[in-house]
Amino acid sequence: MGYELDFSVVWEHLPELLWGCLGTLGLALSGMTLAMIIGVLGVFARGSNMAWLRRLVIAFIEVIRNTPFLVQIFFLYFALPSMGLKLNPTVTAIIALGLNGGAYAIEIIRGGVQSIHKGQVEAGLALGLHKTQVFRLIVLKPAIRAIYPSLTGQFIMLTLTSSICTSVAAYELTSVAQRIESDTFRSFEVYFTVTLMYLAISWMLMTAFAAISRQYFSYPTR
Amino acid sequence: MTPPSSHPAHTEQPLILMEAVEKWYGSFQALKSVNLSVSKGEKIVLCGPSGSGKSTLIRCINHLEVYQKGRIVVDGISVADNPKAIDIVRQEVGMVFQGFNLFPHMTVLQNCMLAPIRVRGTGKAEAEATARQYLDRVHIGNQADKFPAQLSGGQQQRVAIARALCMQPKVMLFDEPTSALDPEMVKEVLDTMIGLAQDGMTMICVTHEMGFARQVADRVIFMAEGEILEEAAPDTFFRSPSHPRAKQFLGEILAHH
Repeated sequence: MGYELDFSVVWEHLPELLWGCLGTLGLALSGMTLAMIIGVLGVFARGSNMAWLRRLVIAFIEVIRNTPFLVQIFFLYFALPSMGLKLNPTVTAIIALGLNGGAYAIEIIRGGVQSIHKGQVEAGLALGLHKTQVFRLIVLKPAIRAIYPSLTGQFIMLTLTSSICTSVAAYELTSVAQRIESDTFRSFEVYFTVTLMYLAISWMLMTAFAAISRQYFSYPTR
Repeated sequence: MTPPSSHPAHTEQPLILMEAVEKWYGSFQALKSVNLSVSKGEKIVLCGPSGSGKSTLIRCINHLEVYQKGRIVVDGISVADNPKAIDIVRQEVGMVFQGFNLFPHMTVLQNCMLAPIRVRGTGKAEAEATARQYLDRVHIGNQADKFPAQLSGGQQQRVAIARALCMQPKVMLFDEPTSALDPEMVKEVLDTMIGLAQDGMTMICVTHEMGFARQVADRVIFMAEGEILEEAAPDTFFRSPSHPRAKQFLGEILAHH
């Protein structure tokens, strides 16, 4: 056992690692935003009376949920350029995370929407609101409240999945770690630190999710 | 155009006119050639056994239910002629539901301001003033900043009435408004409805509250199996119902009173 721990390597590279954390947070927050937009629009489209739109959403969900994320991001990064669409690594990573998270978000949010009593919709329609207004103003918030723990859990998953974006050389914590590790051969120290950093990022996000919940979803229910 | 002169009180066009309305759920016929004319200011009580089509009938008026035949004209507007008219009809027709259906994530005041702002385009200050006025009128003005779940059933239903009134509808539909309430809360809701009736609101109420029907209805309409079987002034209806189904129904519900 000749390995001697030497965390000075970590200390020297701390600024890079912290920038890596920021990169990860940036990818995660952008990915979540995109996933949320896709999730909400997807739920609305899935309930559309246009059959082709419903089928398109279902097909999208099936493809995303039944293929590996690594293949999805490779497809965006390596396959699309041969069709003439070249994206930079960060944009690719955000789109991949957003599409992937969005497919799961659609199914989760849909569950929340289905939990809303149809009387809520009828009351909105009876007041003269349009179908889209009823969805946006009446259904959406209680629906998201109902599935908030699953949705935020999925967003933590998305954050951790962002480490796979290292495979297209997107700037994030894991890619920074790989670079430091290959320069210094200090695998244990680097990945031990990175593990703690991912834990810290997850905890931060969970704290933020809880604060959002207190702010927006704290209305009393029976 | 000379209106028919036999009923001078009804020479105006009716506020609600249903002509030969038929509705099916698959092969089950929920409404069988329903004809109904309601004048401005009239109060109608709809009663009948459960499954008789009462709720379905009023829900057709604001198109929460689609119907397959016939036509319904509300304040001169027929949706059959113009599908976009559904929005206009719904703005003119207020509805109160059995289950209150207040929006849980909005305060009482926000519940009342939502539709005037989003549908009518009323300014915020004006919408709030109107909302407070109607909330005061249903005696719940001091609860304006509470959330629905913090109120009793009777209070929630009064808020629901105020919320509908904030759109200043021409007619109010009540779909068993007291059926989901604990007995001690029925009176406060009925009193609110009686007040509304006295102020001249046109009302169609699906209810089994026969005391209310006696007190405010101009006409009681009895339905069974999707058909209107009897229409009469409340005194006549309660004293001497003519249709055997109506007699049986009254016997059943009045036995408990």
